[in-house]
Amino acid sequence: MVHRRHARPRKARQQEQHRGKQHVKRHVKHHKRRHKHHKHVRHAAAKPRGTLAIPPPNAPASPPAPSPAPVESLGAPISLAQARRLCWRAGFGPTPGQAEALAGQPLQRIVYGLTRPSGSATLSGPAPVDDEGNPLAPADAWGHDHCWWLDRMVRSDQQLIERMTFIWHDWFANSNEKVNSQQMMLDQNNLFRSMALGSFHDLFRAVTVNPAMLVFLDGIYNDKYDPNENYAREMMELFSLGADRGAYTEDDVREMARALTGWQAEWSESSGLHNFHFDASRHDTGTKTVFGQAGNWNWEDAVRLCVSHPLHASFFVTKLWGYFIASPPDAATLASLQNVYTSSGYSIRAVVEAILQHPQLYDGPELVKPPVVYNAGLLRAIGRPIDTTAWAWLSSGAGQQLFYPPNVSGWDFGAWLDTSSAKARWEIASYVTAKTYPNPWPGQGEPEYSATENSAEALSSALAYWANPQLSSESSQCLAAFAQTCLSETLAPWQESPFRALRQNALRMLIATSPDMQVS
Amino acid sequence: MTRSCSCNDFNRAQLLRRGAAVAGRGLPQIEPGMPLPAGTGLDRRTFLLRSTGAALSVYGASMLSPLHFEEGIAAAAAAAPEQPVIVSIFMEGGWDSLSVLAPVGEAKYHQLRPTLGLAEGSGQPFSEDSRLMWHPQASGLATLHAEKKVTVFPAVGYDPPDQSHFTSRHYWEVGELNTQTRSGWMGRLIDATGQSGNPLQGLSLDYSLAPALATTKMPVAAVSSPADYSMWAYGLGEPVTAPALRTFGELGALGAPSPAYAQARGASLDTSIVLNQMAAFVQAQGKSTYKPTVPYPATGGEFPARLAALAAMLGAGLPIKCASLSAVGGYDTHSDEQETLSTNLGATIEGVLAFQRDLEQRGLADRVLIQLWSEFGRRPEENGSGTDHGAAGVAFLIGTQAAGQMIGEFPGLSQLDENDNLINTSDFRAMYCALLEQWFQTEAQPIIPEATLFKELPQLIKG
Repeated sequence: MVHRRHARPRKARQQEQHRGKQHVKRHVKHHKRRHKHHKHVRHAAAKPRGTLAIPPPNAPASPPAPSPAPVESLGAPISLAQARRLCWRAGFGPTPGQAEALAGQPLQRIVYGLTRPSGSATLSGPAPVDDEGNPLAPADAWGHDHCWWLDRMVRSDQQLIERMTFIWHDWFANSNEKVNSQQMMLDQNNLFRSMALGSFHDLFRAVTVNPAMLVFLDGIYNDKYDPNENYAREMMELFSLGADRGAYTEDDVREMARALTGWQAEWSESSGLHNFHFDASRHDTGTKTVFGQAGNWNWEDAVRLCVSHPLHASFFVTKLWGYFIASPPDAATLASLQNVYTSSGYSIRAVVEAILQHPQLYDGPELVKPPVVYNAGLLRAIGRPIDTTAWAWLSSGAGQQLFYPPNVSGWDFGAWLDTSSAKARWEIASYVTAKTYPNPWPGQGEPEYSATENSAEALSSALAYWANPQLSSESSQCLAAFAQTCLSETLAPWQESPFRALRQNALRMLIATSPDMQVS
Repeated sequence: MTRSCSCNDFNRAQLLRRGAAVAGRGLPQIEPGMPLPAGTGLDRRTFLLRSTGAALSVYGASMLSPLHFEEGIAAAAAAAPEQPVIVSIFMEGGWDSLSVLAPVGEAKYHQLRPTLGLAEGSGQPFSEDSRLMWHPQASGLATLHAEKKVTVFPAVGYDPPDQSHFTSRHYWEVGELNTQTRSGWMGRLIDATGQSGNPLQGLSLDYSLAPALATTKMPVAAVSSPADYSMWAYGLGEPVTAPALRTFGELGALGAPSPAYAQARGASLDTSIVLNQMAAFVQAQGKSTYKPTVPYPATGGEFPARLAALAAMLGAGLPIKCASLSAVGGYDTHSDEQETLSTNLGATIEGVLAFQRDLEQRGLADRVLIQLWSEFGRRPEENGSGTDHGAAGVAFLIGTQAAGQMIGEFPGLSQLDENDNLINTSDFRAMYCALLEQWFQTEAQPIIPEATLFKELPQLIKG
């Protein structure tokens, strides 16, 4: 495992300094400061509300045996709310009208549309560019890798493929902080994408000898003279079996490391690490005993021993389930899902199809959207293409920069929101609006905002800006009250339009940053 | 792109300054030694209320209306200058204790570490055990140790040791050997002794909340960069900003039907409170509102800046009880250990030394204790260019009030555990119990469920 504790990227600091300079200028001369008397809502002392992370479902140490009983399925056509949730959980949020179009359709057809796309993905809309309008350089420029992938999340018509790629990036979490080659990270990303819904056994095998992984978990330093345990431990603990289940021992870690010996790479000043290959002379050819089975195991045996371990299937289906559904699967579901997985030859697609049709996805509690999903979803809602690379440092501030997970266990999906990341999401939302907000103080030739819009119109206009997301009734009431009271009832003529624009911008921000919009 | 959003942007520090100026009380400045009320003509409580985020002056001007603000923060701020503080610094990844305090006096060390072993005489000797030597990049610790300000745990751990990063780190974070526990050990201290309106009482200076601070009922905060903790938006400005930010907080106080919703609501509510608490620390016109009293190192990314801000915040009387930071870099040195460890350790210790000196200059040193910890030590036998996961490791408590005497001896390398790892001679849970009782004057048992395992607690604080 390696860790990222890094200086805030230089680019980010520059951007922030830039922004800092920008926002100290005031507009006080435009109007006299005046105050409306706001009714001070007296809140009863808020209910105690702690800050515990929400634990992901964990596979039990003694899982039920696989069962051929079918996995429960929702079956019926889905509602609009359910369609919205599916768009957020299996993709990156609905485009305008997308959820409305899915509502009322049979779920199985919708799910197969996601899991069985034909041909290669179509990316509709303008290609991504940086702030100067130049094409991205994802293999070279800082943050362009993040924005390159964010663009696929925003534009691809194969949303689930991108979402699965995102899951594999977290599951096999490698960080460019150590890999130190954006190209290698992109190659790994394309590997995840191309095998996103295939056989997990095949994927695991490919990842084991993927160059980024060989660097990240020191596979290239693991030889018969000095076995290095880094990959051996994590392939069992994090990738296939899980900790604290009695699935393996410390001796298994050491023996597994021996089985994995032999991979190496060359290094040169000009090319860095390259020519990753298996060197039989560095491989330990002795007998290794893993999970009680003795043999002259090699790296392919190592992977096979993991996926055929009796505790693997329960680990796999539970972990995958946790990316889509907040509440854990019950014993019967866990038994059936294991069977779906093993009887299909470790098919990811088969398990995902079962999960996406499970009633718990639609009836169960909310999940917090990961920062990247939140960011992509806002862009999709307003139809904005990638035209700035600010998303990389903004998303980093919110706790998720793609290609830089915090450590080999990936991001903590149960602890996305706190006082740092909530503020960072506010910044993301503000940047999303940057090119389409009405300027309260328009210059020559710029349109003036409506001088007559009432508060109800203001709220529906702000909701329409975000393609009419669904808010809870409590939040809607709170926003309606704000819209009604934030402006004085008697505005001076020069304030009529500018202050309404301010109100509109505030409403857009409050909708996008509302707790309701952080969950799906 | 629509131009010139800037004129509408909202700057909280400026706002509060104007709010205070309007009130005819001058501008609140955050300077070294600020909490002293001498010469201000105000009593301590009033002064603190005005300086601590200067929130009340703003509140009084009805620009911002923090939710249920007064009781929590005001009481906490009034009490803060006397309260003990812990600053917990995590060396993530399992630092190599046998390099930090290297047993160069043992022949076995040089056998097990043909490549990585430090040469005798390359660092300062450890005065409490002649076998041990400080890593050359840890000379700041040697200096503080010579001043009797460092309590050393040369082999701290627990039985049976777990070599998973995530399990072992979790045990240290929650303060017990239980994989199911969700609240952190400092979080439970805050739950037991904290205030419901004061998120800053548990402060992660990071992009996310430290799990050791996770609470079941009290609010705590994460602030990645104190100088930047403000909220503005394109096309937003007065007179709408203040009610908008108030509504942002009010949305956080509404009901939540699920844990995810509760997390989202809670984050909004706490963010709105922290905005007020932090207001005076937000840089204005690109300039910091505070100055460190000593130079901090230029290397080490955000770490030194965070420590400098923390010292200033404590100096201003902000009600912080437990602060948490991640050290510079990672310590999971399976490969390339020599260079990685030297760089990261050096930058971390340099920052810690500057922080300690800053606290001393500000007259805060007697109420702040710094803890350096890691999830485990590393395997005594090297793997070529690095070391794999081990068991017992090293931890330090730093401060003028630290007892300055080693807790548990260094066990030596001649006898290792069944996995060839270092044996522990002290337990991190006993460290926590002693900290709670001796530093926080709080009964350990309810906070550390396994406290009864430790009949006699080590003396960590000067008697």
